[in-house]
Amino acid sequence: MASDYVIEMLHITKEFPGIKANDDITLQLKRGELHALLGENGAGKSTLMSVLFGLYQAEQGTIKKDGKEVQIKDPNDANRLGIGMVHQHFKLVECFSVLDNIILGVEDTKHGFLQKDEARRKVMALSEKYGLRVDPDALVSDISVGMQQRVEILKMLYRDNEILIFDEPTAVLTPQEIDELMEIMRGFKNEGKSILFITHKLAEIMAVADRCTVLRKGKYMGTVDISGTTQEELSKMMVGRDVRLTADKKPCKTGNVILSVKDLVIPSRTHNNNAVRGVSFDVRQGEIVCVAGIEGNGQTELIYGITGLEKVISGNITLKGKDITHAPIRERSMDGMSHIPEDRHKHGLILDYTLEQNLVLQRYRESAFQNKGVIKAGEVRKYADRLIEEFDIRSGQGPVTIARSMSGGNQQKAIIAREIDKQPELLVAVQPTRGLDVGAIEYIHEQLIKERDNGKAVLLVSLELDEVMNLSDRILVMYEGEIVGEFDPKQTTVEELGLYMAGAKRQDGKEAKAS
Amino acid sequence: MSEKKKLSENQMFISVLASVVSIIIGLIFGFILLMILNPSKAGIGINAMMTTGFSSLDQFGKVLYQSAPLMLCGLSVGFAFKTGMFNIGATGQYTIGAFCALVGGIAWQLPWWVCLILSFIGGAIWGIFPGLFKALFNVNEVITSIMFNWIGMFLVNLLLANMPIMLASAWGASNSDRTAALSQANPGAIIPKGGLDRLFGNSSWINISVFIAIIVAIICWFILEKTTFGYELKACGFNKEGSRYAGINANRNIVLSMIIAGALSGLGGGLYYLAGTIQYVLEKKTLAMGFNGIPVALLANSNPIGTIFSSLFISYIQVGGSAMQPNFSSESTDIIIAVIIYLAAFALLMRGLIVRIMKGGKSRETAVTENAANVTADKADSMDKDDNKEAKA
Ligand SMILES: Nc1ncnc2c1ncn2[C@@H]1O[C@H](COP(=O)(O)OP(=O)(O)OP(=O)(O)O)[C@@H](O)[C@H]1O
Ligand SMILES: [Mg+2]
Repeated sequence: MASDYVIEMLHITKEFPGIKANDDITLQLKRGELHALLGENGAGKSTLMSVLFGLYQAEQGTIKKDGKEVQIKDPNDANRLGIGMVHQHFKLVECFSVLDNIILGVEDTKHGFLQKDEARRKVMALSEKYGLRVDPDALVSDISVGMQQRVEILKMLYRDNEILIFDEPTAVLTPQEIDELMEIMRGFKNEGKSILFITHKLAEIMAVADRCTVLRKGKYMGTVDISGTTQEELSKMMVGRDVRLTADKKPCKTGNVILSVKDLVIPSRTHNNNAVRGVSFDVRQGEIVCVAGIEGNGQTELIYGITGLEKVISGNITLKGKDITHAPIRERSMDGMSHIPEDRHKHGLILDYTLEQNLVLQRYRESAFQNKGVIKAGEVRKYADRLIEEFDIRSGQGPVTIARSMSGGNQQKAIIAREIDKQPELLVAVQPTRGLDVGAIEYIHEQLIKERDNGKAVLLVSLELDEVMNLSDRILVMYEGEIVGEFDPKQTTVEELGLYMAGAKRQDGKEAKAS
Repeated sequence: MSEKKKLSENQMFISVLASVVSIIIGLIFGFILLMILNPSKAGIGINAMMTTGFSSLDQFGKVLYQSAPLMLCGLSVGFAFKTGMFNIGATGQYTIGAFCALVGGIAWQLPWWVCLILSFIGGAIWGIFPGLFKALFNVNEVITSIMFNWIGMFLVNLLLANMPIMLASAWGASNSDRTAALSQANPGAIIPKGGLDRLFGNSSWINISVFIAIIVAIICWFILEKTTFGYELKACGFNKEGSRYAGINANRNIVLSMIIAGALSGLGGGLYYLAGTIQYVLEKKTLAMGFNGIPVALLANSNPIGTIFSSLFISYIQVGGSAMQPNFSSESTDIIIAVIIYLAAFALLMRGLIVRIMKGGKSRETAVTENAANVTADKADSMDKDDNKEAKA
């Protein structure tokens, strides 16, 4: 008799130095099911999926495919069993074209020469069929994260995988892209493919999943049918307490202007036009100003310009009345700017440094942590211990854990802890809660509001409109490198913001071009 | 079980064990090679290789003496590695360092320690170029430093050939293809033996250079591990964008680390040629010592303290290798030494294997290996990048 389950992971235990990442976890995936995996940051979701994909070997437990026990020693084994995975942090070769990335590892050759025509046809057919728009000849380094993810999905489809693992696919996507992805996943399901799906966004689980397995601190908490549960129940099951999903805050009391941006023009790395085209705004003490917009409308470059990662062409930036338009990054930092960057692996962390080394990345030169150039190891440790405690940064070995081995959400928490604790005058936060669990989001939102209530200026960039509406005191909508509208969140709606973000409306009187 | 686990989690222990196992495997391969080359003498050969270094105080003195310049070249390569730079130019810096030391000693009649400072400065200057070109124009440091190896070597030969006072012929010897013996030209430029020669049975080799090298190694370790400067250097090496975000001036650090790397190699050249036993010979080939710094650094995983031991090891088998000479040609001993060093550099691979065995067949390093594989893939790709572009155009 054929088993009901395509994949069964039974009593899986996987240990890392100092931590049991998976402790006797059982997960059963039905054929043609969309199965969500939910758990706090560091609960062991990615680890469990990596075990299934053959990246890690479990110390205990068995894996069954169609009721028969199988050994998955490496991703090639997984591939042979039809298991594919889209990783939390993509694994693409940056300087290869999209097509080359998709066929990498399973290339057709003839007399030792690559045969790409057939592959190209197959990729284009798949792309057509599932609505996965990609440009096969573009270099991966030049395409948006959204497209990178579509490339990862095509990689799985190209290998004819039947069991698809998505590790936090929506964390890096825009709301529009998320809707598209949900559609695509439903399509897979209707075709009889089985899907494992990790996310921290409960609404997504409610929208597409059939069942959900919940993990907490490496342990199995249970599996529930989505039709018979609610978001509140799920979050309680995962965190162990009730979580408030909206932050409440006092009305803001604004003070002096902290950041002033005037007529800023910043070049683009991907196209010849300027990414930011004459942007002006102020951020005052005691307010959270949010820059909203669809990804790729210049928000990234605007922040790069303000924080000094990119040179500006013209215009100026003043911080507390001082012109910092061309100031080096360190000077901005010492003048009271903190920056939670968009890309935690590229900018936010030195992945091969330990957690404690990363926690002092912005402060190691302060006299509290060094004396005549010699680092005070004891002070660093004390400081790290405090931040780890306060921000609940979970890892295998505490301060000496290598950042690379930490779970994505905990890496993010480390960055936030470091930047907030620096006591900045201006906190620039880009997607600060990307990849965090609901409990952590609640905490970080509280922290951001606390900063604001303490008279700090906060400049927030977020693609998530819920977060934007929830946190900000003022919303600036960016479209094609310009600010097309300014809103009070209490007097606007998500729908209205959406119109401005899509470029259908703008406030400066000019009628937007219909498109 | 718990004991086993504890050990397997002790990184230090695993590293050392991995190195030792690799070395043993290297020696076994070396022996097999000897068997192929000259079966009847293979036993004697491997015995010579393995025991000569300890066979007499004189030979042990030689091991220590040769290890000093090796150590410094290894430190040089390792230091640059930590900043993400591949200093293949150690040999050029070493040659310039040797030249500066000898000019100080022979032409200017300076005392040994001033000569050492000169070698240090000379190497540093030679290290500036690859660092500066990388920082200013993003020219790959490998290309620049290879060119500067040749430039350095020919420049030194040219200068020496045109400085008659430097040559042995000016100091009562007949040959003009090498620099003067320091014992004739300026005994004060010879690095003192500090009484060690008496301790080492009147070894002609031994002097205090190995202690100087060890002290330098400890200083390097201190700089890299304990100072904000080292923290910045390593941050640049690990993640250039990330360190830029943290306000670290990556270009400044690239130049500084190459200057330091150059200075270390240069000092190595000074230590070797100021011992008074060796004369610089004007030949049209780059000196092997600088290149040997690469395996020394690799074997030690760029750790300065590890470099002390890896340079002693390589020096040891080199001394052993030269003792095999009558039975084996110098070429074949070179091959065997190379094989041993090559296999010893497998230490990293060995690490994963040891962990696997200790954990009872289960690996937890898979992720690490996987990562490493990815990184290598990335590197390979970036090398192919230009070809790719051309193909597309
Ligand atoms: N390669 C590794 N080496 C050491 N520890 C690891 C490694 N990978 C994961 N861990 C540890 O195992 C635990 C579980 O990590 P995992 O990545 O599975 O969490 P997660 O549930 O995916 O969390 P997140 O939502 O933050 O991505 C974490 O505490 C992490 O520090
Ligand atoms: Mg994860």
